[in-house]
Amino acid sequence: MAENATPDRLVSQGPSEDDVVAALDSLDARPETNLIGALQEVQDRFGYLPSPALEAMSERSGIPLSRIYGVVTFYAQFYTEPRGRHTILCCRGTACHVKGAGRVLEAVERELGIEEGESTPDLMFYLETVACLGTCFLAPVIMIDNEYFGMLTPQKVAAILQNFRAERQ
Amino acid sequence: MTRLDSIDALEKLRGDLAAQEGAGVVVRVCSTGCRALGALSVCEALEREIARRALGSKARVVRAGCHGLCAGAVAVVVDPQGIFYQGVTTEDAPEIVEETVVGGRIVERLCWSLDGEAVPLKHDIPFYKHQTRLVLRNCGVVDPASLEDAIAHGAYSAAAQALSDMRPEQVIEEVLASGLRGRGGAGFPTGRKWQFARAAEGEPKYIICNADEGDPGAFMDRALLEGDPHLIIEGMIIGAYAIGAKKGFIYVRAEYPIAIQHTKAALEQAREAGLLGESILGTGFDLDIEMRVGAGAFVCGEETALIASIEGKRGMPRSRPPFPASFGLYGKPTNINNVETWANVPRIIEEGSEAYAKVGTEGSKGTKIFALAGKVRNTGLVEVPMGATLRQIVFDIGGGIPDDREFRAAQMGGPSGGCVPADYLDLPIDYDSVKQVGAIMGSGGLIVMDDSTCMVDIARFFTDFVQSESCGKCVPCRVGTRRMLEILTRICNGEGEIGDVERLDRLGKMVLATSLCGLGQTAPNPALSTIRYFQHEYDSHINERRCPAGACQALIGYRILEDTCTGCGVCLKACPVGAISGEKKQPHSISASVCIKCGACHEKCRFDAIVVE
Repeated sequence: MAENATPDRLVSQGPSEDDVVAALDSLDARPETNLIGALQEVQDRFGYLPSPALEAMSERSGIPLSRIYGVVTFYAQFYTEPRGRHTILCCRGTACHVKGAGRVLEAVERELGIEEGESTPDLMFYLETVACLGTCFLAPVIMIDNEYFGMLTPQKVAAILQNFRAERQ
Repeated sequence: MTRLDSIDALEKLRGDLAAQEGAGVVVRVCSTGCRALGALSVCEALEREIARRALGSKARVVRAGCHGLCAGAVAVVVDPQGIFYQGVTTEDAPEIVEETVVGGRIVERLCWSLDGEAVPLKHDIPFYKHQTRLVLRNCGVVDPASLEDAIAHGAYSAAAQALSDMRPEQVIEEVLASGLRGRGGAGFPTGRKWQFARAAEGEPKYIICNADEGDPGAFMDRALLEGDPHLIIEGMIIGAYAIGAKKGFIYVRAEYPIAIQHTKAALEQAREAGLLGESILGTGFDLDIEMRVGAGAFVCGEETALIASIEGKRGMPRSRPPFPASFGLYGKPTNINNVETWANVPRIIEEGSEAYAKVGTEGSKGTKIFALAGKVRNTGLVEVPMGATLRQIVFDIGGGIPDDREFRAAQMGGPSGGCVPADYLDLPIDYDSVKQVGAIMGSGGLIVMDDSTCMVDIARFFTDFVQSESCGKCVPCRVGTRRMLEILTRICNGEGEIGDVERLDRLGKMVLATSLCGLGQTAPNPALSTIRYFQHEYDSHINERRCPAGACQALIGYRILEDTCTGCGVCLKACPVGAISGEKKQPHSISASVCIKCGACHEKCRFDAIVVE
């Protein structure tokens, strides 16, 4: 998952009609044959799936809007609301679990003052848990955008988040 | 790369590449799994050093895939000697170049060590010595971003052989005779699956590679796609030829960015070189493979759900039959195999089924890759013959449990599997034996647990997982797992009721018998297997309100031992909620009402003065 693209403007207003047209015009995947791929592209662009984009996609492709929403709401990685720019994935896989992932998640939540599935008020971070990042040798591990942070303790988490924020301000 | 329009062109290229390879030192850095610990910076530092000393003609750095010993990240192998260095950082680069690349000497401090003795060579390290790395043989060796490097190491020779010298039926015969069974978990004979798809009526036919490796604790498919993607593509070409498919898909989960990147690049390279597309290698056989990326649904690892997802639908399974072999993607005959299964195929063609079947047990042939993690010293990827024992994997290869704690159980098969207790350490592992003890081979995740792991908590953990990943289509799975989770949660919170274990057992067996797909049909396994082997732990939670492993937060508390505490104040600083108080150099104490049981103090205390009780 790359850095989330939500520009601040989108958060307050949503995308303009031109933004939506441009997004749909530039799709590599055709919704008719690869709906999930098309939705992923739209989401990569806006950081989430704005409803005007889904409505336009439905109109263009002839796929009923209800079906598109059915798909969007089924998969965990589709978002219908804007999210923080940097996605934190806290791994709750087995290896992480037996090595204290619960405490790491608590530490992230405590540090950011948000819970799983929420964004920080400044839209810097969005927090989510994931079944397994497949990096069990790093357990317990979190991932911020595409960067891994492994062998964590609650203390390390606080330092990582503070550094990450400082580096980007 | 120029288009290879014939098999001769491929073999000529391989010959040319071998001639160019020359002597030279090759420094192979794991640039996939180890990336998390700075492998790419290590590569750059080594390359800078080699360039600075103008050694370009004598040495090169390969950004290879996983070496397997993930506990030693960043792992580096220096060939041709086969020296294994672990925990390498950018600062070590000049010394590695000076000593090993130039001088041919060993940097002992970077070597794996046994009782203080450095073990410099990879093949002498017990972790590697006890393995049979056949499927993984090029993982960590080839540069996954280079088709040329893959070809130099033998890629596509088996596909060329199948396309030119064998009829599709012969390929299937060979795979059948090899005894290869699906590595995704269920262990269905691969050759039979291919036979069905070949015999099925309907055009076009499809092949799919299931790389939606969702089991927590499994990362072998990830490593294969990241480290040797052309091996998978080659397996798929052979399979597509055998069943008569012209279109294939690789469905990779979104959580694996490096695997996605390498697979995508490998597909493009193969297409450009004429190894995919129309008339592959001039043989007249057409196949194109497209990559699809998942969107975060564990259930999509189930084949019918995965197919629905490729079709752009909600990833919900449907009842079988009809099986995908006759009614699959877009209603057409489809053959779907897991990454590791595809990775086994080229070797069967290359060496023949007889040679392949020499490894393994009566009913399970070949090797199996396990992702070894949890409370074990040498976490990493391990490939052993079918029939190896847990003891070999956990102790001989894995190096045993850190801090010499006691082996409690191995969780095999992820949320569909179960916990195998110490009594079965010497059981030869294959599809059938593992099933008999209440777990499943699954995709090969193997999480080691010691005496600080609570088995009830593990059952609750997996049930929580399957409950949230249940797609909701059928009632036993949707409602049954939720009720099971409620019971387990209440037991872990110290609110268990007499009769809960029996209720859980009854409910679990019902969910197992009546669910629609593999997810629900195996979801109760973690609970049922822990009840089977660790019922006394359930009883302690329910009858004594006590967690013997000291893991269930509601049932434990932290206390500072007055006699041992030196009053150093480290715990006081570590506590995120200010629950610890005390004067400097005086024994501290924890206020139970403020403590959130995060364990930070316990972890920080250097004097073992904080106990869990």
